[in-house]
Amino acid sequence: MSLRSAPLAVEAPERARDGLFTPEIRAQIDAHVAKYPPEWKQSAVMPALTLVQEWNGGWLTRELMDDVAAYLDMPPVAVYEVATFYGMYDLEPVGRHKIGVCNSVSCLLCGSEDLIHHVERKYGVRPGETTADGRFTFKEVECLGACRHAPAVLVGKTYHECLTPEALDKLIEELD
Amino acid sequence: MTDKLSIEIDGRVCEASPGEMIIAVADREGIAIPRFCYHKKLSIAANCRMCLVEAEQGGRPFPKPVPACATPVAAGMKVLTRSPKALEAQRGTMEFLLINHPLDCPICDQGGECELQDVAMGYGGDVSRYSEGKRVVKDEDLGPLVATDMTRCIHCTRCVRFGAEIAGVRELGATGRGEDMRIGTFVAHTLTHELSGNIIDLCPVGALTSKPFRFKARSWELTQAEGIAPHDAVGSNLHLHLRGNQVMRVHPKDNEAVNETWISDRDRFSYEGLASPDRLTEPMIKEDGAWRPIGWQDALIRVAERLKTASADQIGTLIAPTATLEEMYLAQKLTRGLGATAVDSRLRQQDFRGDAADPPLPWLGVPIAELETRDAVLLIGSDIRQEQPLLAHRLRKAALGGAGIVLVNPLPLELTFPAQQLVTSAAGMLGELAAIAKALRKRGSGSVKDLIAQANPTDRHTSAAERLKAAGTERSGLILLGALAAAHPDYTLLKALAYVIAEATGSTVGYLPLAANSAGAYLAGALPHVLPGARPGEAIGADARAMLVTARKAYVLWGVEPSYDFANPSLAATALGSADLVVAATAFRAPSLEAVADLMLPIAAFAETSGTFVNAEGTWQRFQGAVAPPGEARPGWKVLRVLGNLCDLPGFEYADSGEIHQELATLCAEVRPDNAPRGDLKVEPSLAEAGLMRVGTLPIYRTDPLVRRAAALQRTPGADVFAVGLNPALAADVGLADGELAVIRQGKAEARAAVVLDAALPPDVALIPSGVTGSEALGEQIGPVAVAKA
Ligand code: SF4
Ligand code: FES
Ligand code: FES
Repeated sequence: MSLRSAPLAVEAPERARDGLFTPEIRAQIDAHVAKYPPEWKQSAVMPALTLVQEWNGGWLTRELMDDVAAYLDMPPVAVYEVATFYGMYDLEPVGRHKIGVCNSVSCLLCGSEDLIHHVERKYGVRPGETTADGRFTFKEVECLGACRHAPAVLVGKTYHECLTPEALDKLIEELD
Repeated sequence: MTDKLSIEIDGRVCEASPGEMIIAVADREGIAIPRFCYHKKLSIAANCRMCLVEAEQGGRPFPKPVPACATPVAAGMKVLTRSPKALEAQRGTMEFLLINHPLDCPICDQGGECELQDVAMGYGGDVSRYSEGKRVVKDEDLGPLVATDMTRCIHCTRCVRFGAEIAGVRELGATGRGEDMRIGTFVAHTLTHELSGNIIDLCPVGALTSKPFRFKARSWELTQAEGIAPHDAVGSNLHLHLRGNQVMRVHPKDNEAVNETWISDRDRFSYEGLASPDRLTEPMIKEDGAWRPIGWQDALIRVAERLKTASADQIGTLIAPTATLEEMYLAQKLTRGLGATAVDSRLRQQDFRGDAADPPLPWLGVPIAELETRDAVLLIGSDIRQEQPLLAHRLRKAALGGAGIVLVNPLPLELTFPAQQLVTSAAGMLGELAAIAKALRKRGSGSVKDLIAQANPTDRHTSAAERLKAAGTERSGLILLGALAAAHPDYTLLKALAYVIAEATGSTVGYLPLAANSAGAYLAGALPHVLPGARPGEAIGADARAMLVTARKAYVLWGVEPSYDFANPSLAATALGSADLVVAATAFRAPSLEAVADLMLPIAAFAETSGTFVNAEGTWQRFQGAVAPPGEARPGWKVLRVLGNLCDLPGFEYADSGEIHQELATLCAEVRPDNAPRGDLKVEPSLAEAGLMRVGTLPIYRTDPLVRRAAALQRTPGADVFAVGLNPALAADVGLADGELAVIRQGKAEARAAVVLDAALPPDVALIPSGVTGSEALGEQIGPVAVAKA
């Protein structure tokens, strides 16, 4: 058997692709699709999910994942796999901001656990939860690739490194 | 392929092909390498790391142990599977795999036949160093066939890859990450694919097990026998697992040429029907409308006497196409010995006008394994996934390999491979084929000529024609006629058009025999126009339909359930009901049988008798009885032997079924499968274009009496649903809404069913399944129908 076979493509004929999302999003997804050979169209699933998530206010519904599947001729479960694997996709409503504290080994050794406990105590949210005022969703994320300046925290789309609980507090205060 | 090369595994020199993985070479050589995720029929995932071995190449050792399943061989490679380094790596992997695996083997159904257990014994440590908490995973309900214990899953992803690569339907997936990874459907649903039971065999642990078999027996209590699947025309090779006198479960037996390593769910779970309370366990006779048991001796003497006194032209023998070759042969021998000529096993056919020109031994046209190497296949009238699940799988392979598949059907199919579907009314199927023929610039002759002349080929026909023609130059085009074609009122014309297209494109014509032994019927002579040895009969007897249209005085029914096994059950009920004598040899009691029969003789069912099935490619597959039939039931061939003797017919002195087999094999020594028609298939179309037609599919789990009694299969969604599928436009015309009750009329036959709207259906088709509960009183499987508000 081969080491790699082209992924299973399924066409959902009953779904009209040109009614999905917005014309702008479709154009952006198409631009990603164009980067890959036709039978690897599914490779565009990550940027597609990112675009759709942003459009939907930071999180993905099951219906939206199904739409992405239909748009890329993928089996829906293959989209769920991607969306549940990566930390940057949220499958539940989120706050106005997202704060992701790295929980992987370098950061752990350099005090990310303290950061996590600090946020839990001070803001009353556990990883995966959103503060009562809807200010931010608190997440644990896998290695951010910023190990050399551990512990690292992702606030929105910005990396913050070598953080102490106090420094993190300051960052949070700046959020609306 | 390029030249072979040689590598060394554990000091043994082995031949290998470039690109092969180490594990494949080792498997061929019988060198054991532990593995979980690798499977020869699936793509390589290399995610379990159990197959780590030490290797060196050109005198330079690889720095780390390498996965044997994902390391291609190279000339001069040396592999050590049992070196200290390899063993250490294997032990390490094993320890990690067991960290989250529950040690619940005593209550696990896989216990005793678990790959994880075996490999842990062979390659793992004795004691666990892990004392922390283990992960627990919630189970999912995957439906009535597959039981789940997902905590036991080791994430090998075999089941996931099976869905994507073999089934073609991605039902399972691995969601989440790391600790949180889970195998499941994510959105709860029942597995619906007709091959889904194979994930039970694939799963190396007890995460996916057989639900009907759950907690019924331990693997070490079971003995194994071999069998042949009794449903479709593939004749999958089986391992029957028995305890005492009971078939406890069924597994596939590898046979690359037939079923590879798979079996369909129908073949896997139909054994449950053997234990049905409907089993007939003693001969019974109806007296004054009441059934009472009667001894065998008595029963057979009565049957013989009444058959002897019946006038020969009043006897009709109807044999189920799932009967063994030996049974078919003796049943026709008995019938013909009595001077009668009416014997048939094509119970679901209504157009027999082509009999005189029929090929001597219709078959698939190519060996089963070669289906997947066809470049173009035209499938006429076949709900292929329901009819022949494993042939659909072969066609899927062909399609993924780039073959063009075109279907001409009266309903749209949900396929697992790319194909061009020409969906049209039942009558319109002729037009579609004629259009393809016209696109090939063929004129044809007779009524086919008129059809072709009237046809208006479009791009779709032209492209289909061109695909076939291109394939034909390589001799790899195939035109297959399926069960819906065989049930079609103009089957003869469909055949004639198939031959015209085949000739114009250089393609082969093939038949998809309906059931396990439909092909065997030609060899056994269980047909009105064919004598044993596939010899044409001089006098063509009455066919299955004629026998019912002109009712006989005496009928012999062999393995038939009248309400579900005939193309036209209402016609059957009337004809059988008016007879003086109906003798039914059957494994099961059934209301429709008890209503018409006078005597019921209990015969052995699947796995209970020795016999032979001839599959679609013409292979004779002989099997032995694995368990004894229940009660007084006897193997069918023995019943027929005694009947033959009691009727004073010569040539019924068989000591065992092997002798019958031998006698028939001698008669068939010269016979080769052959699809060349023996004469002209010239007839007039019997279907008018206009008018609503019933298209009666035969759902996958309603094909024969055994599977209809297999409890778990009957619980699968859609197994036994009686409904009327209508195009919304048509439904609106007659004032029917979705879900509303409709009354269905076929002549005098009448039934009621809910309406299901389906915009993909042709406007003049009413999709009304046959063989299902509720359809008993209806008429032709494919034929005119009227649907109105109830
Ligand atoms: S359920 Fe079984 S086959 Fe599927 S991934 Fe888990 S262990 Fe492998
Ligand atoms: S471990 Fe935190 S960034 Fe890599
Ligand atoms: S069998 Fe090789 S990694 Fe799983």
